[in-house]
Amino acid sequence: MKYSYFPGCSLERGAAAYPYHQSAHVIAQKLDLEFVEVEDWNCCGATEYIALNRMAAYALIARNLAQATKNDGLKEMVAPCSACYLNLSKADKYLAEDAALAANVNTALAEGGLSYKPGSIKVRHLLDVIVNDVGYDRVTFHVTKPLKGLRVAPYYGCLVGRPAFYGQVDDPEYPVTLDKLLKTLGAEVVDYPMKAHCCGGHMTQISEGVAFELIRRLVKGAADYQADLIVTVCPMCQLNLDAFQGGMNRYFKTNYRVPVLYFTQMMGLAFGYDAVDLGIGAELVDARAALARIGVEVPQVEPPAPPRQTRRSKEALPMPAMPHEVSK
Amino acid sequence: MPTTAADGRTFFDEVIAATPGDPHLDRCLQCGTCGGSCPSGPDMDHTPRALIGMIRAGMRDQALRSNTPWFCVSCYYCMVRCPQDIHVTDIMYTLKRMSVKSKLYDDSTAPDFSKTFINWVENYGRAFELGLMSQHLLRHNPFGVFKIANMGVGMVTKGRISFTPKRIKGIDGLQAILAKAKELEAQYEV
Repeated sequence: MKYSYFPGCSLERGAAAYPYHQSAHVIAQKLDLEFVEVEDWNCCGATEYIALNRMAAYALIARNLAQATKNDGLKEMVAPCSACYLNLSKADKYLAEDAALAANVNTALAEGGLSYKPGSIKVRHLLDVIVNDVGYDRVTFHVTKPLKGLRVAPYYGCLVGRPAFYGQVDDPEYPVTLDKLLKTLGAEVVDYPMKAHCCGGHMTQISEGVAFELIRRLVKGAADYQADLIVTVCPMCQLNLDAFQGGMNRYFKTNYRVPVLYFTQMMGLAFGYDAVDLGIGAELVDARAALARIGVEVPQVEPPAPPRQTRRSKEALPMPAMPHEVSK
Repeated sequence: MPTTAADGRTFFDEVIAATPGDPHLDRCLQCGTCGGSCPSGPDMDHTPRALIGMIRAGMRDQALRSNTPWFCVSCYYCMVRCPQDIHVTDIMYTLKRMSVKSKLYDDSTAPDFSKTFINWVENYGRAFELGLMSQHLLRHNPFGVFKIANMGVGMVTKGRISFTPKRIKGIDGLQAILAKAKELEAQYEV
């Protein structure tokens, strides 16, 4: 099965969600999925461009759809990022519904030598492709190291299920596809009540109190259900729950430590790949203790080198010393 | 309905004209499902229900001064639960755009974040996390730099922060597209 592939800015090498990209490619190869990256794609605008200029925001997204039509014969485009998936599918839907919008956007695209006919590309989320095109049976077939004994909280966030511009791929209130997928991998799946709630999106940068409260609910929910880790399908959710979990703990004086991994990383582990090949170890809330429960070893990232000792003459006057110098 | 816009259109008409597709705004029953579903409802000046009522009452200035659209997290709960299929989230984006243009909303944190974000996109074609976060923090919360220092060091150690923005090959084409699009958008503005 062959698809156009839209990584999005956060999945680029060196960006926050590169491990998602790495692990997605590892499992894609195993499942005979071929991903052809959209040539010279641009940012989808996230939730920011649309807050400032409607036509420019839609033209920005439509340039990607137009670029995707250059991948001959590939009508379907996979986006692993839920926000990219939302923006791309939303633009395609509204361009089809709103003739004036489509005309204006195409006038703008013409300035860059491009055009886009609404409906030419169908945008799919990676989770949708795995559970519906590959299917649970073929996933089961490749499981060599079941995730037995690992309690996981499946976390969908908002945009995979809502508002479903292309019709429902999962329930907007109580989605189940990721639950089933993780069960297929052998994990013990908790009935996570927060699974479709919001991680706060960009609010960490705008209003700390709002963002941390949303993050707290999600992390507490998983901890209350004694989940070993949260499994996510979106780079924004991973960043908020993982990188901001420490800040949230300081804000509320709590001490939660629930690691957050991508569903593609869990698939990779169940398929028998090494943690490093799946980008595991890059999360800020350490996942090693949780993964040790299923016998997965994650090599520790090298800690920063200790400060170089300065050579001092034995005759020098006594000076205050750091603890590691005293022990010598 | 009071006509508030310069060209005689009502505020309601203005909002509809600036929203993609048909947002079904005229169907509102004032049931409050949107506000009850909203994760940031308690932090908002007005619930989405109240804001829709204000749009229909032509309360242009009050609606555009409200912090409500800027606290919308785009979770789309309101939109899927609305019994009348009103595109509440899209309306929030429309109000954001109108409030920036009218300069009525007085807290610049959220609008500036959007502006800084798109500034990178317009110049490089892609978002740049480090540049965006550091520029935004320095402008709006310089002491916040110390608070997130731990996280920043962690992200750098784990190789999850890139230090250089990447520019797409077709940046000239993209800039021409965006310039034209902005020119086309202007015809809908009051």
